Order: sequence, then C-alpha cells, then structure tokens
Amino acid sequence: MNEIIGKPIDRVDGKLKVSGGATYSAEYFPKNMVYGVLVLSTIPRGRIRNIDTSQAERVKGVVGIMTYKNSMSLHFPQGTDPGSGKYAEKDLLPLQNNRIYYDGQVIAAVMAETFEKAEYAAKLVKVDYETESAIFDLKANISKSYKPSSGGSQLQLKRGDADAAWQNAEVKMEQTYTTPVYHHNAMEPHASVAEWNGDQLMVYDATQAVAGVKSLLASMLGLPPEKVKVVSLYIGGGFGSKGFTWPNPIVTAMAAKMVNCPVKLVLSRQQMFTTAGRRSETIQKIALASNSSGKLTVIKHDTISESSFVDEFVETAGLATSMLYSCPNVEISHSLVRLNKVTPCPTRAPGEAPGTYAIEAAMDELAYQLKMDPIQLRLLNYAEMDEQKQKQFSSKNLKECYQRGADAIGWSQRNPQPRSMRKGNYLVGYGMATATYLANRIASAAKATLYADGHAEILSATQDIGTGTYTIMTQIAAEAFGLPVDRVTVKLGDSDYPRGANSGGSQVTASVGPPIRAAALAVIGKLISLAVSDTASPLHGRKEEDIIADNGRMYLKNHTDRGESYTEVLNRKGLQKLEAQAKTNVSTREPQGSNAVATGGADAAAEEESKTNPAVQEDQNVDRKLYSFHSFGAQFVKVLVDPDLGTVKVDKAVAVMDIGKVLNLKTAKSQIMGGMIFAIGMALLEGTAYDPNNGRVVTRDLAQYLVPVNADMPQFDIQFIDQPDPYISPIGAKGIGEIGITGMTAAIVNAIYHATGKRVRELPVTLDKLI
Amino acid sequence: MEPFKLIHPNDQHAAIASSGAANVKFIAGGTNLIDLMKLDIEKPAQLVDINSLKLQTIEALPNGSVRIGALVKNSDLAYHPVIVKNYPVLSEALLSGASPQLRNMATVGGNLLQRTRCPYFYDTSFPCNKRVPGSGCSAINGYNRNNAVLGTSTQCIATHPSDMCVAMAALGAIVHVEGLTGKRQIPFHEFHLLPEQTPQYETTLKHGELITAVELPPIRYSAKSHYLKVRDRHSYEFALASAAVALNVSNGRIEAARVALGGVGTKPWRSVEAEKALVGAAADEQSYRNAAEAALNGAKPFKDNAFKIELAKRTLVRALKTVGGMS
Ligand SMILES: Cc1cc2nc3c(=O)[nH]c(=O)nc-3n(C[C@H](O)[C@H](O)[C@H](O)COP(=O)(O)OP(=O)(O)OC[C@H]3O[C@@H](n4cnc5c(N)ncnc54)[C@H](O)[C@@H]3O)c2cc1C
Ligand code: SF4
Repeated sequence: MNEIIGKPIDRVDGKLKVSGGATYSAEYFPKNMVYGVLVLSTIPRGRIRNIDTSQAERVKGVVGIMTYKNSMSLHFPQGTDPGSGKYAEKDLLPLQNNRIYYDGQVIAAVMAETFEKAEYAAKLVKVDYETESAIFDLKANISKSYKPSSGGSQLQLKRGDADAAWQNAEVKMEQTYTTPVYHHNAMEPHASVAEWNGDQLMVYDATQAVAGVKSLLASMLGLPPEKVKVVSLYIGGGFGSKGFTWPNPIVTAMAAKMVNCPVKLVLSRQQMFTTAGRRSETIQKIALASNSSGKLTVIKHDTISESSFVDEFVETAGLATSMLYSCPNVEISHSLVRLNKVTPCPTRAPGEAPGTYAIEAAMDELAYQLKMDPIQLRLLNYAEMDEQKQKQFSSKNLKECYQRGADAIGWSQRNPQPRSMRKGNYLVGYGMATATYLANRIASAAKATLYADGHAEILSATQDIGTGTYTIMTQIAAEAFGLPVDRVTVKLGDSDYPRGANSGGSQVTASVGPPIRAAALAVIGKLISLAVSDTASPLHGRKEEDIIADNGRMYLKNHTDRGESYTEVLNRKGLQKLEAQAKTNVSTREPQGSNAVATGGADAAAEEESKTNPAVQEDQNVDRKLYSFHSFGAQFVKVLVDPDLGTVKVDKAVAVMDIGKVLNLKTAKSQIMGGMIFAIGMALLEGTAYDPNNGRVVTRDLAQYLVPVNADMPQFDIQFIDQPDPYISPIGAKGIGEIGITGMTAAIVNAIYHATGKRVRELPVTLDKLI
Repeated sequence: MEPFKLIHPNDQHAAIASSGAANVKFIAGGTNLIDLMKLDIEKPAQLVDINSLKLQTIEALPNGSVRIGALVKNSDLAYHPVIVKNYPVLSEALLSGASPQLRNMATVGGNLLQRTRCPYFYDTSFPCNKRVPGSGCSAINGYNRNNAVLGTSTQCIATHPSDMCVAMAALGAIVHVEGLTGKRQIPFHEFHLLPEQTPQYETTLKHGELITAVELPPIRYSAKSHYLKVRDRHSYEFALASAAVALNVSNGRIEAARVALGGVGTKPWRSVEAEKALVGAAADEQSYRNAAEAALNGAKPFKDNAFKIELAKRTLVRALKTVGGMS
C-alpha cells in the first residue's frame, strides 16, 4: 500500500497563498458593504460622562456611529465548554454601558462608506471621562493576590510534604523568574465581515474556532444557532488571540444590523494590543531541593499572574512542573492579581511557555550548583510516570530526545565551566532544556464523501490557522480513502460543517484526524459492501476483510489484478456519491470535560452514524482515562555573546521532539521551527511596555514590540522520534502545535549563563542586562 | 488621516513656489511622512510630490567633494562605488538602517528630516511637547529605554533616529537648500537643533525651503572609517547606540579623527570632545576609552536608559579599534 501519511508533501494551499488566491476574512466585499472603525478608551478606569459624536456624524460618508447609548443589548453567552466558544471577557460585553475597566477598551464603532472616512470620523468622536484611580503594575500589587476560583483544585497541587523535606534538604536552590506581558501579534489582524439577510447572519471572521464564534454570536445576539453561519477559510496566525472571541465579530454583527448593510471591521496593529488579548506577566518562584547526588526531594513552583476586573484567566505556568520530574514532595500554586488591563488569554503554549522557562532555568541552576551535567540531572530525575496523576504516560521517549539532541549540538565539546569557551571575539555557550506540552484531544466530527468521478471530499468545522491542517488532513483522508492526495479535497473553516475542534491546545490533529479517518473508512466500507454484494463485480461474494482499497481501486489481497475501480462500482450502481459522517467522543480536559453537545444538523447526523460505524466505535478511546498524555522533547542551543556589547546571537538550535507519529515531516518541522522562533523572541526580545503613569501600552507596533527577524535566525536542526502514540488515536499523532516554544526559552537563557557566567532571571535577556 | 491635496510639480521653482503656504509639505519617498499622517501626527493640507525634480545624481566635484542629490535613494547611495570606497562609514550607516524595501524608497532629503521614534510621539493620546508644544513630555517620567542621554532638555528627551545622519555628522557634510529667497548652505552641525525649550523645531531649515543636495567635503582619511550600530535584534531596528568614526593613524599615533554617535543624542551627535582626546594620542585601547569618556561626559540618564551611557562608550571603543587597530 502507498504510504501517504508521513510524506513531506507541500502544503495543499501553498500555491493559493503565495499567489494571493487564498481569501482571508478581511478580503470579502459583499455588495453595499461599509467599513467600521473602532474607538477605544484612553483612560484606564472610570466612566464615560459624555460621548459626543456630532462632529463625526457630519463627516460625509459616515452612515452610523454605535456607542453604548444606541447599540442593541446583548445577552450573556451561554455554555461553558470550549467547543461552544469562550467570550474573552465575560463581564464586559461590548458597548453595553459607560464603564471603563482598562485603557484601550472598545467604546464606539464608526461606520462609513470608505475606510478612510470611517477612520477620520472615528478620531472626531469626543469622549469626556470621569477618571477613577487604577492599578496596572503587577509587582507593585502583589499584596492584592488571591487564589483563583476558576480551575479550582487543578491549579493548586500538592504531593508529599514539601515543607518538611525542605527543612532536611542537603542542596537547595530558590529563585524567582519573571516574564513580561506578551502580545500574540499574528500577521493577520483580527478581521470580521458581517452581513444580515433578514434574520440570517453571515460572518467571515479571523478565528481559531468557527463553531465557537457561531454559538457565541447566536447566544449573545439572541438568535437560534441555525440562523448564524461563520466562515474562516484561511487564517494568518492566531497564537491564541483568535482562540477566545473578542469584541470584533460581535460589534461587526451589531453594526451591520444598525446600519442595515454589510460591515467590515479590521483591527489596526495598535488596536490589537488592547482588544485581542495578551499573555499575562508572570512572577514565578521556584524552590528545588535535592540530596547531594542530585536526586530531587522538593519541587515548589508558585506563580503569580494577572487577571482583569472583567474576567479571570490563569497563566497555568506550574502545571507541567507537576509531572516533569520524579520527586516525592511537590507543591504547585497559582495566584492572580486583578489589574486595569485587558484580560489575558491563551498565548503560544499558555502555561507551559513561561512555566517551562522557569522550571528549566531552575533545573540548570541546580545542576551548576551540584556541579553536575544538566542532562545528567534530568536523567537522574526522569519521570517514568506522571506522579501527580498517578498514571502511566501514553508514550514517552524523552531519553532518546536528550541523547540525540546532545549529539546534534555537540554537547560533548562543551566545557562545563561558565565563561570558559570562546570563538574569536565571542563567548560561546551551550544550553539545554526539556520541552513538553499536553497531548489534548476533544470530541470532533467530520463528513466524508466519495463522488462518482473518483474524487473525494472531507468537511469539518475545524480550521487551518496557518499550521498546515489542510495538508495533513488531506493526507489522513487520502490514506483512509485509498486515493492519491490530489483526488481529495478537505474543506474546513465553515460552521455549517460537522463540528471539529477549535484550533487551540495543540489538539486539532489528534481530535479531527480520527473522525476524518473514520468517516473516510466508513465510505470505503460501504463501497466494498456494494461491490461484494453485486453480481456484476469481480469481487462478488468475497469476504470484505480480504479486500484492499488503494489508489482508487479495490482488489483482492492476494490477487491484485482481481478488482475494480471506485468509479466503476458507483457508476454501475448509478450512484452520484457515497457519504458517511463520524464523530469521535473523546475528552481530555478532565475534569472540565467537554463532550461538546451536538447542535443539530450535521453533528446529529454524525453522532447517529457513529453509533453504527465500526471505524468510529473502535475509536471511543477509553484510554484517555487511563493514561497521561503529553508530547515531549529536548531543546539544545549554542549561543555567541559579545562580551563588550552584550549582544546575543543564537548560533545553532536543535530540537528533538517526541510528538507521536509525524504526519508530514515538512509541516512538522515548520511548526516546531515557528515555536523555536517564538522562544528566541521570548528569551531575547519580546515584552510589552506599559506607561507607568496611566497603564496605556507604549510599544504598540512592530517597530516597538520586537519579534525576531531573519538576521536573528540560527541554524536549525529539527528531528523527530516518530513513534506513534499507541493510545491517543489510531493515527498515533500527539500534539505538535505549541511544544516548539516550550523549553527553548530556558535553553537559550541557560546557554547565555554558560557563555557569560551571568544568570538573568527577568526576561527578556536584552543586552543591557549583560554589559 | 486628514484629507489633503497632492500636487506633482516637475520643476524645482514650481515646487518651491507652491510650498510657501502654511501647512504644505514636500513628500519624497514617503516612508516617514505617510506613517506620521496615518497616525495624525503630521496633518498637511497639501503635499508637494518632489519625485520628478532632477535631484537624483551623485557627482564628484572638481574640488574633491561629492555632491549627493536630495532625491538619491538610500540604497543607491549606499552602493555607489565612490561612497563604498571613500566613505565606507556612510555606506555602512545607510545599510544598517531600515530594510531593503524601505531603503529603496527612502531619500537623502527625507532621511535628514525623519522624525523621532519616541513611542509617545507616535500616540496622540499622550502628551508630547514635540507634537503638541506645551502639552508635556510623557517620556521623561515614563517608559524611556530608547530615549536620549545627550542633549536632552526639560521639554524633550527624544533621540534623532537616523543612521545616515550620524555618518554625515562625522564627515562634516554640508546641506544645500533652496527657498523663495534663494540658496543657502548649512554646515551639518548647524542643521539639526537641540530640543531646548522648543522641541517642535528640529532643524534650521525654513518653512518652504527645499533640500537640494548634501555635499561631502574631501577628507583625506575618510576611506578609513566605519559605522557600528548596536541594537536589540540583528536587523531592522533603530540604534540603541551607534558610532561613526574616521581615523588617520600614522606610526601608531592618531593624527586626525572624526567621531559621531547615534541612538544616544537628541540630534546626530558629533563629538568634538572625543576627536580632541584622540588627536595626538596613541592608537590604543586607553586612548579609545579616553575618547569615549570624553564623548559621554555630561550624559544624563533617565529611569530606563542609564545603560546607554556605558553601551555608547563601548560601541565607540569597538568602532575605533576596528578602524585604528591597536598598536
Ligand atoms: C519600519 C522603518 C524602519 C526604519 N529604520 C530605520 C533605521 O534603522 N535607521 C534609519 O536611519 N532610518 C530608519 N527608518 C527611517 C527612514 O530612513 C526614513 O523614513 C527615510 O529616510 C525618510 O525618507 P523619505 O524620502 O521616505 O522621506 P519622506 O517620508 O518623504 O519625508 C520625510 C520628511 O522630509 C521632508 N522632505 C523630504 N524630502 C525633502 C526635501 N528634498 N526637502 C525638504 N524636505 C523634504 C518631508 O516633507 C517630510 O517632512 C525606518 C523607517 C521605517 C518605516
Ligand atoms: S521625549 Fe520628546 S518626543 Fe518623546 S514624549 Fe517627550 S516631548 Fe514627546
């Protein structure tokens, strides 16, 4: 059989994207469309005393201005599972009253015939505020921290007796690590186009969750779900900021209703800094204790992060720490401080990115304190099982990752003494760290159709946020259908399709791959049944299990010439097409399980079909309850540091990843590389600055908020263990989306320490901290 | 953006004649002006597009000077053989700025007049004396990591962001301008102004005057020159500190020197003090360090930018070492 899964094929949508043929949400132009531009608050807390739109209204071409005074009222969203969408700020529905909770909050939308006119008029909206005192500095307000109510016991973990063990410990290491606020800064801004047709609402939206936006729009606007359709065919990156839903699609839909014509609303880069989420600043205190030979006896990881006054979001930095190493006494805590800033939201490996930075930098410090090789310390404390959940890992090949990574970077050439290695004018440093991210999986559905002309189609309401989902789903479907990839079309990003996973939590491949495979197998199963029961078929009377479907043909296992093509069967039977739907009922997010409720239509059909569909039944995945599911990896870097000027160049970066089965080597490498580049940003460049006096973002564009550029790139060496995870799904692919950023930040910071002898614990490690 | 008119004169006199009225601005590459207009920082009622004027040439003059037309693109200037050979400091400064796409649009005249990158200047919600005189300076007590340490005033601490200008300051360039009342030549050190009490005024160019050229006078040793730019990332960012240097070293002694700093001053910062410290001294690390101390003497740090003082010194020492070697 022709193996398709695993092949490094080019992106199926690559040509469309580079030729401008892929339509992004901002690129729809329904007839009579007008442009909306948001007006944002310029104070951090208080009330709008008066909002004067008269001057803006006089601008020729302005067709409407929406403020809290004249906007329609919204309902609070219903439903809490991730599949039904999360409105980003539960207590702050847009344009409902005059309260201001943070600088940059949406307070009006101006609609005009052209973008320029709307933009111009938006600046003429005059707002008179009653300002109240506000707080926006996390470090200055630690005394206001509290234990969050959301997440509950999951966020405060304990095993053994850390305090007692600390008292008796032989070696102790206690340090505080901080990370600043990060902004996602995807290339594509948040963009929505909304059009009403009577009471039917159509929205093109840049989102990581078409199904979620659909159900939010329905519940917030008070519409039955079937009246709302959301489409997001191509997305220019989300990184979490398009995972929760922010005001833009809601306001766009409200505006379109108000002005009675389609409205397009695209955020400016500056607006994305306060109306599309961010990652919270974190202050992480880590305490490690070991015996004199390096066996860990205590791990404590206390995280303080920010939330807002309108919702609660926890940066779960300590969660991975609970299972990363074998240790009898562990304590993990998470606290929050509410500040007058936009609510944080998931950002590029939420929790794990800052969390693995802190724990992996701390492990490095302990290794130096013990005069022990950092890899050795990790092997000595290798977790054979998830000691917090008391479960075996579904799969874990981390030892091999360490080994291969060390070989690839040339770890054996490293002189362990800090500041001992040089190359010309530069100090040379080597660092490493462990990478890990959850291997999530949630309920998802898909529909498969085989047409009489021999091509096949897959529909699922998940989305490709730029990661290559279209491509790997095409490979999965092609293999299951027994068709070449160019005969299979995968359609995603339309809420009318059976509900697929939201593109977050690195879960799409593991969640949507199985129902796609199941649905395609079910179609082929039907086709084989048709053939064997058809007297005109060369396969008549044969056992179904003896028949192989490949390359558009069915044939007998031992007689490849005895068979016929898919099209022959369908044409003989006079069938235009053959279809099947599948829904896999798995949930990983214990205990906040999310067996998303089907909302009728395609989902119900999928559910129904799945009950009798053997391909799906085989995949109910009871294993989810028995095992702990994580992806793992090892990151190694070599840095060059200019000792006089403090500039750091990441010279070489190696990742060896254990993410289960690799579905496409090319997209997999790109995905990991993207994460590693994020980490270069996190370690060396990124961080949002706020004005210390009024809490307004100061670094509001890509000239001030620095992300890595080509000249910052190292030589990359990205490798995979490529062992299927036996329990996650019949496909065996674990999460790959976010793991690339984890560990890598620590590896860079650890390498800088090795190069310079300077341990910087406050990210980013900018040159001023090294001179 | 405010609505505006755009005209395209194709001779110099017409361009100058049409620019006398208040609220009229020339537009060259547009890489700075358009951004500022989009953000409502510049609000000209009329733009005079000067791209059809004949100011695109680079000429070697009989007196040994090089005359660079105001509309020469930054990339063309950087790769011009005479500049590469005789003024590497200028070529390197240009190539360290912005990105290839921007350098292909940006002109010499526009680069001279580019405005500060102080983030508060870019956000009309903040007070800023440079943008709205008398409104206050948000940077002095705000986030000021990128702001200046030399030439600051109580009204403004913004850096001049140009790299090209730092090289031109070191080279003692002359700015040629023409207005309704005739032609003038402005020595480089008199072209840009310190903020003092009126940070809204940045140059001695009068309203309506057109920059026609920049002249580089001959300097015997300008081929021994270098521009070093230090920043957080390796490309596509303005300088935290930069140094433009030219040295004439003979038998281990420095006979002549030119020094200017970028990223730290409120204008392109020629340091006559550093030059004095160098001339007659041995070409060694100690002399370079002495020059660096002299250059930063009187520097005033703010909350987030104190590191720039030491960074600028080290940048200058490195640049001097690169050109002058170590005897
Ligand atoms: C993303 C980005 C990064 C950048 N990075 C750097 C960097 O690292 N280093 C650096 O030095 N620069 C950098 N720049 C700035 C760039 O160098 C300037 O924008 C450019 O030089 C301006 O030239 P221009 O021809 O486009 O000017 P314009 O934008 O056309 O004009 C700028 C000003 O000059 C006036 N003007 C133009 N020509 C004349 C003339 N002949 N006579 C009188 N007035 C005139 C205009 O009226 C206007 O006020 C960057 C710019 C951007 C957008
Ligand atoms: S430093 Fe100058 S440009 Fe910056 S805010 Fe102050 S006055 Fe404005």
